[in-house]
Amino acid sequence: MSPDEILTVLIAMLGGAIRVSTPFMFVALGETITEKSGRINLGLEGNLVLGAMLAYAISYHTGQPWLGVLAAGGAGMFLGLLHGLICSLPRVNDIAVGIAMMSFGIGIAFFFGKPYIQPSAPRLEGLPLGTWSDNPALRQALEINPLFFVGIVVAIFLWWGLANTRTGLIVRMTGDSEASARALGVNPIRVRVLATVAGGFLAGVGGAFLSLSYPGSWNEGLSSGQGLMAVALVIFARWNPLRCIAAALLFGAAGAIGPALQSVGISQGYYFFNAAPYILTLFIMIASARSGAASQAAPGELSIVK
Amino acid sequence: MEQAQSAPMPRLLANPRWKAVAETVAIPVIALVTAAIVFSGFLLFLGKNPLQFFALVWQGGFGSAFSLQNTLQRAAPLILTGLAFAIPAIIGLTMIGAEGALVLGGFAAAALAVPLVAAGSPPMLMLVLTAGMAMCTGAALIMIVGWLRHGRQVNETIASLLLTYIAIATMNFFVEGLLRDPASANKPSTVPIGKDYMIGPIPGTEVHWGFAAGLVLAVLLWLLMSRTTFGFAARVTGGNPRAAQAQGLPVGMLILACSAISGACAGLAGFYEVTAIHGQANASLVAGFGFTGILVSFLARHNPLAIVIVAILFGAIEASGGLIQRRMDLPDATAAVLQGLIFVILLASETLQGRIALFQPASDKRA
Repeated sequence: MSPDEILTVLIAMLGGAIRVSTPFMFVALGETITEKSGRINLGLEGNLVLGAMLAYAISYHTGQPWLGVLAAGGAGMFLGLLHGLICSLPRVNDIAVGIAMMSFGIGIAFFFGKPYIQPSAPRLEGLPLGTWSDNPALRQALEINPLFFVGIVVAIFLWWGLANTRTGLIVRMTGDSEASARALGVNPIRVRVLATVAGGFLAGVGGAFLSLSYPGSWNEGLSSGQGLMAVALVIFARWNPLRCIAAALLFGAAGAIGPALQSVGISQGYYFFNAAPYILTLFIMIASARSGAASQAAPGELSIVK
Repeated sequence: MEQAQSAPMPRLLANPRWKAVAETVAIPVIALVTAAIVFSGFLLFLGKNPLQFFALVWQGGFGSAFSLQNTLQRAAPLILTGLAFAIPAIIGLTMIGAEGALVLGGFAAAALAVPLVAAGSPPMLMLVLTAGMAMCTGAALIMIVGWLRHGRQVNETIASLLLTYIAIATMNFFVEGLLRDPASANKPSTVPIGKDYMIGPIPGTEVHWGFAAGLVLAVLLWLLMSRTTFGFAARVTGGNPRAAQAQGLPVGMLILACSAISGACAGLAGFYEVTAIHGQANASLVAGFGFTGILVSFLARHNPLAIVIVAILFGAIEASGGLIQRRMDLPDATAAVLQGLIFVILLASETLQGRIALFQPASDKRA
């Protein structure tokens, strides 16, 4: 590869990583809130797909893409509430309910989404942050969707809020020890339901990005499992919202390598890179399975770390 | 306790063993009826006739020889992936890697088939070898998870999910590169194994052999898990791993064996997808059977025989999708909505376990 080609690949990867990472960031932040409260929601894929469909439909009918984003968040909250309430029943398995919610959410999205596959809805416009550059590829890469920045702000807010606010403390305590939460008069079930609802909202917003920005239309093959991958991302980020940004960018870059290499005519061999984040996450899990520092980061009540 | 004795009780339910059986059957039935009622409300809301809908599900799933065969055909991969979840579940592990084992197993079968077909091997030999390859590949994948769980305390649920993605990426890597059939332009695939090498239907039917394999395996695994020392040891370990270890049971070996069985079942499902349906390995293998299998197993309470029944039920709902689409002008996703609703309500109904007084042994009444 010539230096020019390497530059082209790097620029395409930068743009791709930012685009691909945004939905990852939202689902990962949502899953972080839920897992911090001591519960796991494997159903965020359903929130993502239903959010994508509803955002597109609302944007199409009202012409207001941001209204679509809100509606997607609302749909996510609904699915999160359902998951949260069902998992609060005794003897119910949260992993299985997550997978059932995933198929339920996707089913509803496909059911009501049929009429919206053809028409085109107003999309969320990107912010042209690359106008200073003469390089058209760089300008295109730096046309960044505002939701990307919203995600970063949410991550910083969550990182601060979980560490420094009363609500954050209650969520963390419920996730670490149900007994101590009860001793302080906190109702762990209510905290977990609310945390799942909040997580569902963020995952729904992530879905809105898929249909309103990139790839930017509604169809049934829109999500490639980003919602399920959220679980891996959160472990990779070790339940830290700031590290969720880095993890999302890394997972996004891994997904962007393929199209970036294609732009210079390399069309095979890159599938290995798609697997790289998962292999890395697996190694992190193996390395940290018995280390003390890592088990401090993981919420103690979480079924997957017990 | 006085209450339980004075209450008029059906004579059949006087025996505690029958009570347990009645509870196992009654709770899913209650949940199915609830799901049907909720879904009827949904249809009424859309201005559709629920009775017509359920009649069409029956007709499209079981109404004719054709629809029954369609149902069984769709049930086949669900039986195998359901078993793939149930066996580790019995030993207390939540493994959700059947999707990966199916994909990698199917891919391995297709990859091995290419040189065998090119060398002109007899079809029977090729099928036996590729089936073995698929089962070993799937088993190896899930055994990694079992080993990580037992040897290194890595959570098996997440490890199996990660390995699923690694398995799918591995297949894509080869299918888009080294093993790509140059003729597959739009959908990168391996070289087709060809009509002569594909598995035909069970004689006299249009159902492929995967259904028969699922049925036989379900019976064998039911016998293994409920009638042998191995199954007993596995169930003890599932109930209390520490006690099992203290009793001197070889917990590690049991976990590895259950993982191997699980992966082999899913890999076999992949084998049938390749040799009976697609004829080659490509992205079509990633169809979500592994994840649906998890729910099938939960609804069957991880009982191998019940898995067959639940898989057929869901095969019927899927098979009737086309008929419902044509007759009632509903999108084909209607079946998916009904399936999702049944899954959610059935899982929620687990909470009724042990709470219906009628089904509790008189001596073991809890508050």
